[in-house]
Amino acid sequence: MMKKIFAQAYLWLLLALLYAPILIIMIFSFTESKVLGNWTGFSTKLYTSLFAGEVQCSLISAIWNTFAIATIAASVSTILGSIAAIGIYNLKVRARQVMLFSNAIPMVNADIITGVSLFLLFVSLGVSQGFTTVVLAHITFCTPYVVLSIMPRLQRMNRNIYEAALDLGATPFQALRKVILPEIRPGMISGFILAFTLSIDDFAITIFTIGNEGLETLSTFIYADARKGGLTPELRPLSTIIFVTVLLLLVIINRCAEKAAKK
Amino acid sequence: MNTQIATFLSKRRNWAIPYTVFMFVFVVMPLVLIFWYGFTDADGTLTLANFKKFVTSSEAVNTFVYSIGIAVITTLVCLLLGYPAAYILSRADLNASRTMVVLFILPMWINILIRTLATVALFDFLNLPLGEGALIFGMVYNFLPFMIYPIYNTLQKMDTNLIEAAQDLGANPFQVFTKTIFPLSVPGITSGVVMVFMPTVSTFAIAELLTINNIKLFGTTVQESINNGMWNYGAALSLIMLLLIGVTILFSSDSNNSNEGGVL
Repeated sequence: MMKKIFAQAYLWLLLALLYAPILIIMIFSFTESKVLGNWTGFSTKLYTSLFAGEVQCSLISAIWNTFAIATIAASVSTILGSIAAIGIYNLKVRARQVMLFSNAIPMVNADIITGVSLFLLFVSLGVSQGFTTVVLAHITFCTPYVVLSIMPRLQRMNRNIYEAALDLGATPFQALRKVILPEIRPGMISGFILAFTLSIDDFAITIFTIGNEGLETLSTFIYADARKGGLTPELRPLSTIIFVTVLLLLVIINRCAEKAAKK
Repeated sequence: MNTQIATFLSKRRNWAIPYTVFMFVFVVMPLVLIFWYGFTDADGTLTLANFKKFVTSSEAVNTFVYSIGIAVITTLVCLLLGYPAAYILSRADLNASRTMVVLFILPMWINILIRTLATVALFDFLNLPLGEGALIFGMVYNFLPFMIYPIYNTLQKMDTNLIEAAQDLGANPFQVFTKTIFPLSVPGITSGVVMVFMPTVSTFAIAELLTINNIKLFGTTVQESINNGMWNYGAALSLIMLLLIGVTILFSSDSNNSNEGGVL
């Protein structure tokens, strides 16, 4: 019993440590002070000025760019990765190993090296860097995760069901749609979510591929902001909102999973 | 024509082709380019000058060694803090532990720069000095979930019959841990170590924020040389980092293989 209490206490202590910085940001999103850590009384002014768009328009466009890039990159990665996973699954052992090895490179490699290598690619191809290059870079590091979240689903699938569908007169396309797709759909969904969050969170690869024509994502905006000294106060309510949204999403996903498990 | 497309698509291994082409352009080619730039000068002639520049610059070498040191300390702290947490989580009943695991991973959804600035705010708030301590705290804070998750996974999947067998054969709880549980969790530990060590050793920008520009890590040296237009030197430095990462992975896959072979 004592041991159990001690173990629980340890977990909560660690969690408290992990959440302390986030809590500070959340608490100080409800005060007006320019400097984080300086409490000047309760106020929701930062929230209203964020929603009224009274912040620099560069922040608004950075938020917009971040979500646009994440949506495009995650969608393309999910499609490319799903097709690739089905292909890789049907390759001969040797070719499959080579593919899975190359697929692992962007995941295992340090972000900064992926960033530098893509920078050199775009530079030597003479491509001017901007929105498109960032999207391409994000697809490069997101697709491997989609492939890996779909592969186990294919491996677990009973091959005979697909053959049976063909024997019963389904065209390969119908068999794909009615047999394989339902089987890999959960992997596609989790792959998409993973790709989306990875894209939103990325800083290291984005900064090497974003060029210098004034395009900003949330990450590069915060970086530039932090280097100038202070953090734009409106980033506090923004982080709070992002965090609460993610929290709610995860709770909903968990609830759905539990319900599905009960059925 | 249509039937040709249909037969092409019906061979499902052909579906790997688009991604193969994509990976060649965006994964293989860029890596080849790092080698090309690293071993040439601005005019494109082969040279080792970039590496010579690194070896003879005591500042760059010191930064490199210092970065490895910080990464080793961060990895050790993460392992010491994370292993017990992963162990406790894996012993809890499944529903409760799933929620807890999500709680541990959740902070990862906050942008890494915001998390770092939040750490700075926390240190300011508690009146603690920013410096090496803040740097290590920030790194551990950023990467601890990477350690907990793989260890939790291996412990979770572990065959509990093995633990019971050890108990039946007369092992005391300490022996059960050192002789059964710990050796079986080594694959999780190695992947946790790699997943923490690599981002820590290659990170940039974060160290500057945590130490008000007092401490520079190797990643920043790479970024600065690229930013300042020294692409060849930056590529050479990237290659040195790539070598370090390669050694880490080789070491980790090696220890995993020997573990499967029953050594330990």
